[in-house]
Amino acid sequence: MSPGGGDRPMVPKAEFESYYGRPIVRPPVWTHDIAIYLFTGGLAAGSAILAAGGQATGDPVLRRAGRAVTMAALGASTFFLIKDLGRPERFHHMLRVIKPTSAMSLGTWLLSGFGGVAGVAAASEFAPLLPERGPLGLVRRVLPPVGAVAGYGTAALAPGLATYTAVLFSDTAVPSWNAVYPDLPFVFAGSALASGAAVGLVAGPNDRVVQMAVIGAALELGAGHRCEHGYGLLSEPYRKGRAGKLLKAAKVLNAVGAVGAVVGRRSRVVSALAGAALLAGSVLTRFGVFEAGVESAKDPRYTVVPQREQANGKKVNFPSA
Amino acid sequence: MGNSLYGPLDDPATDAGFTEAPPRMGFFTDTSVCIGCKACEVACKEWNAVPEDGFNLLGQSYDNTGGLSANSWRHVAFVEQPAPAHVDALTEAGTQFLGMPLSDLPGRVTDAPRTDFRWLMMSNVCKHCTHAGCLDVCPTGALFRTEFGTVVVQDDICNGCGYCISGCPYGVIDRREDDGRAWKCTLCYDRIGDGLTPACAKACPTESIQFGELDELRTRAAERVAKLHEDGVTEARLYGNDPDDGVGGDGAFFLLLDEPEVYGLPPDPHVPTRDLVKMWKKAGLAALSMVATAVVVFAGRSK
Ligand code: SF4
Ligand code: SF4
Repeated sequence: MSPGGGDRPMVPKAEFESYYGRPIVRPPVWTHDIAIYLFTGGLAAGSAILAAGGQATGDPVLRRAGRAVTMAALGASTFFLIKDLGRPERFHHMLRVIKPTSAMSLGTWLLSGFGGVAGVAAASEFAPLLPERGPLGLVRRVLPPVGAVAGYGTAALAPGLATYTAVLFSDTAVPSWNAVYPDLPFVFAGSALASGAAVGLVAGPNDRVVQMAVIGAALELGAGHRCEHGYGLLSEPYRKGRAGKLLKAAKVLNAVGAVGAVVGRRSRVVSALAGAALLAGSVLTRFGVFEAGVESAKDPRYTVVPQREQANGKKVNFPSA
Repeated sequence: MGNSLYGPLDDPATDAGFTEAPPRMGFFTDTSVCIGCKACEVACKEWNAVPEDGFNLLGQSYDNTGGLSANSWRHVAFVEQPAPAHVDALTEAGTQFLGMPLSDLPGRVTDAPRTDFRWLMMSNVCKHCTHAGCLDVCPTGALFRTEFGTVVVQDDICNGCGYCISGCPYGVIDRREDDGRAWKCTLCYDRIGDGLTPACAKACPTESIQFGELDELRTRAAERVAKLHEDGVTEARLYGNDPDDGVGGDGAFFLLLDEPEVYGLPPDPHVPTRDLVKMWKKAGLAALSMVATAVVVFAGRSK
């Protein structure tokens, strides 16, 4: 009750006990490689949708750019995923079982399948380079229709690739990742759409791409807002500290990117800048979500206080899913 | 068939597919008789060839281990706090007060009068949960349920993905830095398979750590807590014994003398996988929203 009557904190500082202030759940051992993986995985998914959109609307520029970025992002995803392992040379152990209770297991299989079809779709772009006669000539004729099917197949797997990572994060004891499971997949879905649209804004903007950018950014902003405000104490890490700063910057970039895409849709330069803003926004969103979770695990308050309320039978300030 | 995700479970080994599983084995750690000697920590390291965890002085009472980690599979917590009024009730309950670790021989200095200060000591360990978050999320199958209902990592399979570390609601399992793989208590899988007692329980001089069939341990623990209550130690409580709790009950459970968080334990943990189906439903909806966006954007009339 300060006489100045300054800002009332959203969540009153809760009293709680701990063992020398040490964390209870272990902070993730994952590094920023995983935050990057979230971004590149989303970018691969968004670009695959963009490429399929290019296919459907007969826009070779979007199709080619989408397929190229899908492959690049996929390569980066695989690299960072393997790099973050304690035993990278054992990456293939992921593929010795299919485990429905492990989002990482399902996600690795999904990534592998996605990589396969995306590779075929991308390879089909090179068909015109093949000789017209002989056995390769046959390949030259067969590849484009196969590539078209593969392109749509890639886009069909893309939404799964973009959203499974939300389950990956939420199915942990990391308090602020676990709590926001109803909204996190929408953040990641929006972020993936926005980054895919961003590729289109850079490569060959048109009204459809602008629309995709706006919907993606709106989804990301809306769901992000719910993560930041809808989960009581466990929303706090999304607003505080480094994570808070990252997510604030992400919001500005996403809003600027979406508005820029609409306003500047007749200008290649403005469109490309809007695309760059959306890509940067997507990167920062991923890092912000990552950091917020790590912080919530480091401070025992986020583990103890909600569980103590639960244990005491008090109603916890969570929306029911 | 597949593992149940949540709720009480008769026998996790049977649930995991064992047909003639032996009885579920576990630990009952009765902290009211722990003297903080750390014999368990040492015995565990010796038997399991666990590397040293650094030689640190943490300034946290007699605890220089800090917590469970890849290189500490038993950890003795030391809490110094003002005692409840009836501190001598423990003595009456048959627990001899051994005094605090002294730098001098017992009896050489005159007995100081009892103060209103008390120590809590607890030997922490992996809970071998009925629904183990670590095991649920492990993508390689390195973590598995043994026939004894315990949870063990196979070090030749683990690729160090680190998912289990975030999957454990108790902060137990950990990745060893120079090795890259995940490590934790095995409940001495190699010993109990041979009918031996786990090293820590064997070494414990006060039977604070008791090993046995989980059913029997639960009965014994209920009796012990009833006795303590009778003798006025009203703060005695069991932790992790209830099959209806958030992890379906722990295979290694405790008798505590204060709230769990005082010892660094989560007050009301649940296995993250409890909500896995709901999580996938939300992710599915989000994925559908992406499909809908793609359709609206690219299948609409040309603009
Ligand atoms: S306490 Fe943690 S490491 Fe041990 S079985 Fe339970 S979830 Fe796994
Ligand atoms: S670190 Fe090893 S034990 Fe843990 S989830 Fe990954 S593969 Fe399984």
